[in-house]
Amino acid sequence: MKIGVVTFPGTLDDRDAARAVRYAGGEAIELWHDDADLKGVDAVILPGGFSYGDYLRCGAISRFSPVMEPLIAAAKGGMPLLGICNGFQVLAEAHLIPGALTRNQHLHFLCTDQAIRIENNSTAWTNSYSKDEEIVIPLKNGEGSYQCDDETLKMLEGEGRIVARYVGENPNGSRNLIAGISNERGNIVGLMPHPEHAIDSLTGPGDQGLGFFTSVLKAMVK
Amino acid sequence: MATIVVDVMLKPEILDPQGKAVASALPRLGFTFATDVRQGKRFEITVDGEPTAAQLAEVEKAAEKLLSNPVIENFTVRVEK
Repeated sequence: MKIGVVTFPGTLDDRDAARAVRYAGGEAIELWHDDADLKGVDAVILPGGFSYGDYLRCGAISRFSPVMEPLIAAAKGGMPLLGICNGFQVLAEAHLIPGALTRNQHLHFLCTDQAIRIENNSTAWTNSYSKDEEIVIPLKNGEGSYQCDDETLKMLEGEGRIVARYVGENPNGSRNLIAGISNERGNIVGLMPHPEHAIDSLTGPGDQGLGFFTSVLKAMVK
Repeated sequence: MATIVVDVMLKPEILDPQGKAVASALPRLGFTFATDVRQGKRFEITVDGEPTAAQLAEVEKAAEKLLSNPVIENFTVRVEK
């Protein structure tokens, strides 16, 4: 199973994402933002970081990178796609998922170990978890406040598309404590916290993030 | 040579924490006039000669596609004299 990890100029977490893929038992394939080539991968991760220096808006310029054209087409066709942090922002800018990520309500950059609840365990990226399982993974962002209009929020809630919700106090002002959402089909997931940093207790708060990566391998076997 | 100005603002219903921070900094400096502050972005685009209607239509398209995110922002396009 080949999982592509895209590197944009300013991406930080591509190596950890690739390592998480290998930990889960998959083969990580490096994808370059400037090549409109998915190299035959079965799924793709858009990792965290500050692509293009977050200029204009986070993810706004990356969204038009050459690699995005085949990626958007493949994801619309059902290929699993996970956007973590900056990757979530790229998904929102590409309108692959509704809403937008805006400046943290308290204006501070945030870096903490965060409890989240997996509320939808039927997506390509969360099927290894049990429903409403609570896990702790790192959360680090400046613009992680999920915003959308009331109608969209109602739709996301009604269709069970809120994949993960923050547990406890709202860390960044996200509407309805949203930490992650999916598209209608459940193959595309945007997630603000970082499962790839929590795959081994030696280097993270634990290994509870690994489930995202084992999930996609399972989803592809089906 | 002319300048086309695109102003981008967060939609009124979207929380603007930066504007709020500015609004709360003003009275600390003795400026007590503001009841609210919203912060936005301004793009100054230089073109050769007087902008044509077709050019302005292109700028509108670019503003919608790249300069703003229509999910959270509104924009206006005007020619600066």
